[in-house]
Amino acid sequence: MNLIGKNITYKPDNQFHLNDVSFDFKKGNLYTILGRTLSGKTTFLKTIAGLLNPDTGELFFEDKDFSKIPVWERNVAMVYQQFINYPHLNVYENIIFPLKQRKLSEEQIKMDVEDALKTVGLVGFENRKIQELSGGQQQRVALARSLAKKAKILLLDEPLVNLDYKLREQLREEFKRIFSEGLSQDTILIYSTTDPQEVMELNGEVIVLHEGKVLQKGDAKEIFENPKNLKVAEISNDPPMNILTGSKSSDNLTFENISINLPAHLKDLKSQNYYFGIRASEIKLDKEGEEFEIELAEISGSETLLHLKKGNSKVIALIEEVMNFKIHEKVKVKFNENKFYVFNNNEELVSSPYGSHNG
Amino acid sequence: MHKLYTFLKYTFITLWTVFIVAPFLWAISTSFKDFQSVNSKVTYIPWLDFEPTLEGWRVLVKSPARGGVDIVEPYFNSIFVTCTASLISIILGTLAAYALSRFTFKAGFVRNNDITFFFISQRIMPPIVLSIPFFIFLSTIGLLDSLLGLVVVYIVLLMPIAVWIMVDFFNRVPKELDETALIDGCNPYQAFYKVVLPNSIPGLIVAGMFCIIFGWIDFFFAFILTFTEVQLLPVKVVALNSSITPWWSLSASALISVAPLIIVAFVVERYLSKGNLSGALK
Repeated sequence: MNLIGKNITYKPDNQFHLNDVSFDFKKGNLYTILGRTLSGKTTFLKTIAGLLNPDTGELFFEDKDFSKIPVWERNVAMVYQQFINYPHLNVYENIIFPLKQRKLSEEQIKMDVEDALKTVGLVGFENRKIQELSGGQQQRVALARSLAKKAKILLLDEPLVNLDYKLREQLREEFKRIFSEGLSQDTILIYSTTDPQEVMELNGEVIVLHEGKVLQKGDAKEIFENPKNLKVAEISNDPPMNILTGSKSSDNLTFENISINLPAHLKDLKSQNYYFGIRASEIKLDKEGEEFEIELAEISGSETLLHLKKGNSKVIALIEEVMNFKIHEKVKVKFNENKFYVFNNNEELVSSPYGSHNG
Repeated sequence: MHKLYTFLKYTFITLWTVFIVAPFLWAISTSFKDFQSVNSKVTYIPWLDFEPTLEGWRVLVKSPARGGVDIVEPYFNSIFVTCTASLISIILGTLAAYALSRFTFKAGFVRNNDITFFFISQRIMPPIVLSIPFFIFLSTIGLLDSLLGLVVVYIVLLMPIAVWIMVDFFNRVPKELDETALIDGCNPYQAFYKVVLPNSIPGLIVAGMFCIIFGWIDFFFAFILTFTEVQLLPVKVVALNSSITPWWSLSASALISVAPLIIVAFVVERYLSKGNLSGALK
């Protein structure tokens, strides 16, 4: 009764959009697909919707061969990152469009639409034209249309990416509520995004996609605590995890002439060269710390992102207050040694601050 | 400075309007004059300068036997041929354009762009190149000197315009709109006429307007492909001779020839400003 994909590959013009992707999605669950732009997220969703036919691989849903069913009979719903609505119809007509296609009764349609409008908070907007709505409202209409349809598979393709910062935060909160209240246990929800924070907040099963390949599967916590390799660590953190090349000896870690006392969780590690990973939020301003040069200081919201440089190494530090820095100014920062990830020369995780990695 | 600019702008617009409208006013006033008002002294304003009369217009509808020129039949012939050919061109052209915009065709070395160019190339060659082939073609199938034959020829001339305009228009309709329709349960045909077509009205109107204009003003093919049975308006109007037909009737026939285009322009202008595709993709 699941949505199962087996070894799906899609490579038009010999470029891999999807490379040997397999999955097993269960009903009533939320799956998030995390990947950068052009990593194949949209292709992934379009393949499930039936808008694209993979070159090889199989797709099953409810024990039926999904690839033989055309899009319009698949009973899926999809929300695009662009706000796609039918411009010639008003809000109400937009939402009933898929219901009318399925020839539901008038009363049923009315109930479903009212529910959907309530869920997305657009009651009272029924007769508005789409063009009169703001971007956030347009995306709500698209969401309402896909919810009212009560499709068994709901695909959301970066639904928040084209919205401004504040609206994104607000809708993200609402999504969590809608997904927990407004969806039946019969639905498979697949949500794609580039934003690691969304993945953490939605807290579903995560699939990390890069260049069409699945790098890691697991729940959000697993991805956060044990990123399988360097690439996952970069993709699943915003700003990307800082990666430093260095070496471990019997009692300290060394990189760029910085020596750090060996933290407890790395005691058992073999002494050799490694990649060390540390999150931007684990680098703090400290007068006792190491001297770095500021390359760039970005203020975003209530935080400051410092792009720092020492020797050949560049790191980003996340300072949780707004401060003014001058470019090329020297600052002293301290690394939280208890939060170091260690990757071997094959770029695979060998040690995580959240317990050892197995497999 | 700003005021001067505004002043110059409106002065220019006013002069230009006068330049465009004056011939029409002259023709309108002339069409209501009689022999005296045209040939004696200069007259401009009806009722003041001269007494308006409908004589010029009456000549147009009288049969030649009773001293008229009878442009009624050519007039309706022209309307029939233009409208039928435009309608068929729009229907076929829109379907072709949608296919060219949305699907990928591969046949040997031929691709979508080649097919589009093939359509447009029909308009690149000078019409005179087509005159002899058309003449032979129509005489072979027995449609020379008939309304149906003219409709066939005009479809060949008008459909490239429709394809050209509509391909460009459909390319600007986001593909995601069709995809959403498919996901929402439409099969490809329903997606086309329930979603894409209602959002393409501005494009359809522009294409329709161009078809009607080019169909209506064509003289060349109407001239060589007809003899005695049927006659289209442009041929008839050109055949009117100022030494036989009075000036006031010539003015009236000129006015009634451009009238449909003026009406089309007015109707179209209202729809064009309504372009409502902006909400589809932000």
